[in-house]
Amino acid sequence: MDTAYQEPMNLLLSGVGGQGVILASFLLSQVALEAGYDIKQSEVHGMAQRGGSVVSHLRFGHKVYAPLFTPGQADLLLSFEPLEALRYLHWLKKDGLLVYNTVRVNPSTVSSGAAEYPEGVEERIGRSFGRVVGLNAVAIAAQAGTARAANLVLLGAASPSLPFSREMWDAVLKRELASNVLEVNLKAFQLGRAAVEG
Amino acid sequence: MRSVMSGNEAIARGIWEAGVKVAAAYPGTPSTEILENVSTYPDVYSEWSVNEKVALEVAIGASSTGARAVAAMKLVGLNAAADPLFNSSWIGVRGGLVVISADDPGRHSSQTEQDNKNYARFAMIPALEPSDSQECKDFLMLGLELSEELNCPVLMRTTTRTSHSKGLVELGERHEPDREIGIEKDLKYSLLPAFTRNRPKEMYERLARIRRRVETLPINRMEMGDTEVGIVACGAAYQYAREAFPGASFLKVGSPYPLPVKMAANFRSRVKTLIVVEESDAFLEEQLILAGIKVDHGQDLLPHWGELDPALVANLLTAAGIPGAAASLLAQPYAAQEGLPVRPPTLCPGCGHRGVFTVLSRLKLWVSGDIGCYTLGAMPPFNAMNSDICMGASISTAHGIQKALGEAAFEKKNRKISVIGDSTFFHSGITGLLNTIWNNGNSVIVILDNRTTGMTGGQDTPGTGKTLMGTVAPALDIAHLCRAMGVSRVEVVDPYDLKAVEVSVTAALDSGQPSVIVAQAPCVLEYKVRMSDAWVVDLEACTACKRCLRVGCTALSLLSPDEKGKQKVEIDPTLCIGCGVCAQMCKFNAIGPKVAEPARA
Ligand SMILES: Cc1ncc(C[n+]2csc(CCOP(=O)(O)OP(=O)(O)O)c2C)c(N)n1
Repeated sequence: MDTAYQEPMNLLLSGVGGQGVILASFLLSQVALEAGYDIKQSEVHGMAQRGGSVVSHLRFGHKVYAPLFTPGQADLLLSFEPLEALRYLHWLKKDGLLVYNTVRVNPSTVSSGAAEYPEGVEERIGRSFGRVVGLNAVAIAAQAGTARAANLVLLGAASPSLPFSREMWDAVLKRELASNVLEVNLKAFQLGRAAVEG
Repeated sequence: MRSVMSGNEAIARGIWEAGVKVAAAYPGTPSTEILENVSTYPDVYSEWSVNEKVALEVAIGASSTGARAVAAMKLVGLNAAADPLFNSSWIGVRGGLVVISADDPGRHSSQTEQDNKNYARFAMIPALEPSDSQECKDFLMLGLELSEELNCPVLMRTTTRTSHSKGLVELGERHEPDREIGIEKDLKYSLLPAFTRNRPKEMYERLARIRRRVETLPINRMEMGDTEVGIVACGAAYQYAREAFPGASFLKVGSPYPLPVKMAANFRSRVKTLIVVEESDAFLEEQLILAGIKVDHGQDLLPHWGELDPALVANLLTAAGIPGAAASLLAQPYAAQEGLPVRPPTLCPGCGHRGVFTVLSRLKLWVSGDIGCYTLGAMPPFNAMNSDICMGASISTAHGIQKALGEAAFEKKNRKISVIGDSTFFHSGITGLLNTIWNNGNSVIVILDNRTTGMTGGQDTPGTGKTLMGTVAPALDIAHLCRAMGVSRVEVVDPYDLKAVEVSVTAALDSGQPSVIVAQAPCVLEYKVRMSDAWVVDLEACTACKRCLRVGCTALSLLSPDEKGKQKVEIDPTLCIGCGVCAQMCKFNAIGPKVAEPARA
């Protein structure tokens, strides 16, 4: 019997195609690796086009079997858009943490008038859930130098809740990010972290 | 050294390490990244073949020289390659030959789901099924060895989860088998009845050898835990079951065909309740039953289609009174939020397919479609595709419809048109067109030539002038080809010109002759097309009629209601590439290129 088995940590990332969800998930996997964990990761993205929902599962621990988990199992939900936070909220454990970007991206069904963006998303999130960090990652990224680094802001904001040291993050970001965008991204990461640490 | 790899990356690595010389494939989710990654290893010759049948035949030819070879495809691709698959089982191999079928339980990106392990049983060859990235690499390499040892092709089945999820993989070096590569004159390659008298007998003898061999393969093993519950599982389902019942005993099956039945009988005798946890067909379960091994539960409790996951396995089995499920998987999650707007896939802003579907939607024709990005023409706002069956079928089924209707095919209400992408046309549309011309059909066929295989991520085609390995190749001209095949009416149109498309389609239908319309516009995603700065809506001129929204472009969106309650339209400057299709819909000239502000003195 596998007595050493402990349940792994489950991270769910949700967002919209083009927001850098997959890169964020990749960076998280590299930090988990740096920390010496076994990892498994699974992504579901629709067709190649922009604008569809993107979801990534990342699991790390002493030993990981399945590459995916199910509603009620996530320790952390990192959402790049409020509607995509709401859509996956029920994936969190009762004591899980939600970190999300408050900037909306309209689905095509909303821009064409076929559907409406739900009212009061932030209140609905707050009402149904206790541990929530909402931040305007786009504005914070812009402060760092480019709005495109919003994904790094979100990683920074999630980082104090993860079992990885600052050194591990630094090592991975320096290794994996292209040198011409490194500085902006490091700054975005730090601003994201500062936003939650106060 | 260890690296994080997807199953497909790991398979490509295995192909390289095992000294494979030739790898061929036709793209198809979830298999596509295998060859994309193989092409990064220059020691292996890799190619996109025009279709899966050709890819497998290329691999068979390579194997006949003694070289190791692999062909990869998605589940439905193996249907197209079934002929060479069965026949390669009859001839056997020289160099190891592995055929990879990437299945898609749950239909994440496929028109159907099917369990291709069945092909192995049908063709009397072994099937291997890995359950994570490391096994993807190991099983591929083992498959090549078994193929040589047993003189038969080996089928390796993956699923979307094993192909696309990532895990740690131990890396090794490349070892090319030490043998001569050359042409061999051997009657075994000629499947003439005179030469194959003994072949069926030999194949049954080979199957008996295969059955004995799988009993000693380390990829089949017992993992004994609590003997109250014993679970037989393979592939991704093994990982789910392992997590759902952490204390149970397992028979981990690496070769679902043939099942190691002796080992299974031994396992049966050591556990109290035996349960088979498998995705797709009751494939292991049936083999156990055939071998006289009692199965307590399997697909009486678990679904016959779709994907499994740890919580599903834990809950369904617990509900049937099976003890030992992980408690955390049985907890009730929060309820999902209801009624949220979805984010369906859409044609990209500026996609050349949009103009064609805007016109077809307006003309309300019966459209026999095909498989690719353009299948989105079936969705709102176009609703302009009435069938999509399998690659190439748009042309041949339309011909069948015409022959069934007879004279009535010429009545206005029965007007129909076929729509097919360029890669799909090369895959299996050409034969359908040839058939139509030969048999005096009169179909009108629109070929959407976007110079790429868009749906699967932009692979080269015979029309792009490039191969998978990046070498220059002749670029096939579709219009020339169609003329050479005897199509008298061939026209090339610009799909961004709605009027031109409409005129061309209507004239073709009126002519009563077989016609091909090549709608030529390079894929905006693949070729990073930007025609001009973003266009803008003149809000003075906009009457909020919403006609422009009929082109279904995500760069267009409704503004909040103005003081008169009217919702006018705006264009997202980060998405618009200036194709101008929406502007052609506007009757009030409200949409146009941004006019430069007059320079101030
Ligand atoms: C037999 C088979 N092989 C592969 C696929 C996967 N597949 C779906 S669409 C497509 C190609 C589409 O390319 P094209 O016809 O050029 O249209 P585009 O997506 O570029 O509009 C492929 C390879 C399939 N569905 N069936």
